[in-house]
Amino acid sequence: MTLDYETLKVIWWLFIGILFIGFAIMDGFDLGIGIVLPFIGKTDDERRVLLNVVGPTWEGSQVWFVTAAGALFAAWPLVYATLFSGIYIALFLVLFTFFLRPVGFDYRSKLPDPRWRNSWDWGIFVAAAFPALLFGVAFGNLLQGIPFHFDNDLRSFYTGSFWALLNPFALLTGFISLSMLTMHGSMYLQLKTEGVIAERCKRTIFWSGSLFLVLFILAGIWVAYGLEGYRIVSIGDLAATPNPLKKVVETEPGAWLDNYSTFPWFYRVPVMVLIMTLLTLLFSRTHRLIFGFITSSITISGVILTAGISMYPFLLPSSSHPNNSLTIWDSSSSYMTLKVLFWATLVFLPIIIMYTSWVYRVMRGKVTVKTIRDNQHTAY
Amino acid sequence: MIPEEIVDLSRLQFAITALYHFLFVPLTLGLSFIMAIMESTYVMTGKQIYKDMTRFWGKLFGINFALGVTTGLTLEFQFGTNWAYYSHYVGDVFGVPLALEGLVAFFLESTMVGLFFFGWDRLSRVKHLLCTWLLALATNLSALMILVANGWMQNPVGAEFNFESMRMEVTSFGEVIFNPAAQVKFVHTVAAGYCTAAMFVLGISAYYLLQRRDSAFAIRSFTIAAAFGFASVVSVIVLGDESGYTDGEVQKTKLAAIEAEWETVEPPAAFTVIGFPDQEKMITEHAIKIPWVLGLIGTRSADEEIIGIKDLLEVHEQKVRNGIVAYGLLEQIKAGQEDTEIVSKFNHYKEDLGYGLLLKKYTEKVTDATEQQILQATKDTIPNVPLLFWTFRIMVACGFSMLFIFAFSFYLCTVKKVMQHRWLLWIALYSIPLPWIACEMGWIVAEYGRQPWAVAELLPTHLSISSRTVGELYFSLAGFISFYTLLFVIEMFLMFKFARLGPSALHTGRYYYEKIGGSA
Ligand code: HDD
Ligand code: HEM
Ligand code: HEM
Repeated sequence: MTLDYETLKVIWWLFIGILFIGFAIMDGFDLGIGIVLPFIGKTDDERRVLLNVVGPTWEGSQVWFVTAAGALFAAWPLVYATLFSGIYIALFLVLFTFFLRPVGFDYRSKLPDPRWRNSWDWGIFVAAAFPALLFGVAFGNLLQGIPFHFDNDLRSFYTGSFWALLNPFALLTGFISLSMLTMHGSMYLQLKTEGVIAERCKRTIFWSGSLFLVLFILAGIWVAYGLEGYRIVSIGDLAATPNPLKKVVETEPGAWLDNYSTFPWFYRVPVMVLIMTLLTLLFSRTHRLIFGFITSSITISGVILTAGISMYPFLLPSSSHPNNSLTIWDSSSSYMTLKVLFWATLVFLPIIIMYTSWVYRVMRGKVTVKTIRDNQHTAY
Repeated sequence: MIPEEIVDLSRLQFAITALYHFLFVPLTLGLSFIMAIMESTYVMTGKQIYKDMTRFWGKLFGINFALGVTTGLTLEFQFGTNWAYYSHYVGDVFGVPLALEGLVAFFLESTMVGLFFFGWDRLSRVKHLLCTWLLALATNLSALMILVANGWMQNPVGAEFNFESMRMEVTSFGEVIFNPAAQVKFVHTVAAGYCTAAMFVLGISAYYLLQRRDSAFAIRSFTIAAAFGFASVVSVIVLGDESGYTDGEVQKTKLAAIEAEWETVEPPAAFTVIGFPDQEKMITEHAIKIPWVLGLIGTRSADEEIIGIKDLLEVHEQKVRNGIVAYGLLEQIKAGQEDTEIVSKFNHYKEDLGYGLLLKKYTEKVTDATEQQILQATKDTIPNVPLLFWTFRIMVACGFSMLFIFAFSFYLCTVKKVMQHRWLLWIALYSIPLPWIACEMGWIVAEYGRQPWAVAELLPTHLSISSRTVGELYFSLAGFISFYTLLFVIEMFLMFKFARLGPSALHTGRYYYEKIGGSA
């Protein structure tokens, strides 16, 4: 395989996709558990069971988020800069709520006072529900494009407002993300707990999974018939030094389905999402819990892939100046940077997956109220 | 033109969030090592008390770690949110160590920290010890990566400006990683972390000794902290001196500002211990000097000179003028005149392009700059001298105070006379803040001393920001200040509570409050 610049640009699209999928699966169930924490956990002991299900692993999961951001910075600096400075207020709201998570997990059970514990439980809930919703909202806005443009020095200017991010389509994708992660988190919980908690998970999985299915189909119809998609009309050499001011882009409703019409095989991805969700509901009922967790993970990957395939090769479309949109061709880092990071990722990602799996093996088994009582002072 | 207020607010926000992050970082860096040392002793001797020590200090470690992670998250995103032009301009170089930090260090660190706390009953002793060591190793790796990034901002090697993409691009990763500025920074900073944790353990153990409770536990912790701390503080001082030397080579302006060296004097230069630098008049009043010392630190020789600020200003003025030429050529190239003559002329001048960009603060076009503006831009190249002068001296004073404390504690431990010198225990207890003060001062020296540059001689801070509004910046700043204050109060509350409680917090039934049935 020759690693020319053009190929590397595509490989990095895949890598960043993998990092985001890793984040959505691994941190996804932490978020999901945070969302259901005050509802499925009715007593203090039950809530502690929920927290300790992810206690030993949530920090590692969160690093998928950190690394995805770092890789975004390194591989597509213009996207990192334009997107994060564009959605400034929204991103800080996510960060501020995220603050409550590490502290919540770690500090909650350090004092016995019920008011203290109850406050942290709601803190953890906010730190989970709010980002889960906003990540979806962000995806919705990526699909619609956000209003930004560059000046001659490639300084970016975002011209929208925070409230414009909360438009109907984005809220729809927000709730897709919220329901999907609720399902995923509850699935992991059902796998790791027993008795009354696992029973409650079953119900949550049923309604959140069904809601997700409906919303996902709705969004699909919207993208196919209503939403303006983007399409490159002309662009120079794909292996050229990146500069996003040198192409022509047009918009048209339904253009996001171009890749699907060109390669109909891709339609299997959204269809797979539907099937996997149904299987998750089934496996949860029939107590094939490992399978349920696998199918719900595949569901999540499928959702991200579905959006990714629609947009490819776009990364960040500009709704106000479509020609300034960012694509994998013209917002990548230099050849050398992409290549060095390519090898680094190829070496380290498998190692990470190896020791992470080892940790899950060490910590395997169900978490019960008894476990908590036996480890009163060390558990979360 | 870019509003000054937004620049100032962005800088303030970065300074607050980074300095805040670094309240927790040094303790993580050092305490993970101290825990690994204690646990190794446990595994080798099999004595339960060392396990209790590991677990107790681990509890405090956990309280600190949570905030380290929380505040690090902010920084990871802040380059994009607040320094968008910076991120575009240098992301090709700067993003790499940040991405590697995640892949190489954070994953390992955060995965092992889970096993450290939850794996005691599930892992064999040796395997658990391995996790603790990996945790310590990973925290230090993360410091290495981030300091490679930071060192590059101080001394940007191995990269070149590309006018097609309008940004810096990597030419040699080897140079970026083995950047001398990054290497000295790394060793000085991690040693500062070890020193911080040692002071923390030393001070809290001294408190138990003063209260005459859990003595066996406290004296062992005290001894380990004294030994580890002594080695660390010596390294910090030696390696800090190394930082000064590297500054003399690659960051001459910073060194001159730290030392308030207005004139280039006959080598070897004298070291000003104390004085009152006046930036307007360019003199240092009431200076007390020690002959020779600065020259020796800064150049490692008796006959090389250290360039004074006045001479640096002359050099910089020429660079600003070259920068104007470079900028003019770049404009021509962007307008489509990419013929080889213009490009090769540009390549000749592009090294000073950054100095031209300094003028953007005063005029949009740069090429039309007046003499007055050129002088102003030249003056801007010197950071705030009195501030650097004083912050640096506070850091050094903290360093020497700690040297005394650790050396004396270590000596008393070896002759087993700690309990006879209660005054030392009191000093140790009340000196706990010293390393934190030194660290914060150190970062102010390093970062403020780099001004007006975000990336030395390439990109002015002033241009690096995102195009946001004042209102939005007040929103984020207010959010940080309120969240961070709240979290800090909570953290300190827990830290004090568990530090006072001591090893009784482990509920093993072996320690003070459990035996007398009291509570803290
Ligand atoms: C010298 C060391 C050092 C320095 C200068 C910095 N950090 Fe840091 N950082 C650490 C040393 C560290 C650490 C020791 O590895 C931490 C501290 C506490 C912790 O939990 O890990 C950490 C945590 C930490 C985390 C959370 C990691 C996780 O989830 O496990 C992030 C995202 C960052 N940092 C990012 C940054 C950025 C973007 C910085 C630059 C502005 C920065 N840090 C400066
Ligand atoms: C955690 C330790 C750090 C502390 C305490 C610290 C401190 C500071 C301070 C005080 C400022 C404000 C300077 C001023 O505006 O006058 C600043 C600015 C800045 N620092 Fe650091 N810094 C730290 C680490 C880093 C690292 C590791 C990087 C890069 C990897 C970095 C990048 C920056 C940037 C981009 C700015 C804003 C631009 C500027 O004002 O120069 N900092 N930092
Ligand atoms: C006593 C002798 C010391 C000397 C001569 C010294 C020297 C220096 C110098 C020259 C810098 C600036 C490096 C640069 O920006 O290029 C620096 C930074 C720093 N110092 Fe010190 N220092 C000393 C003690 C300490 C102590 C005791 C601590 C903390 C425990 C400390 C913590 C730091 C930190 C955190 C930085 C910022 C990171 C860096 O730039 O390396 N220093 N020091």
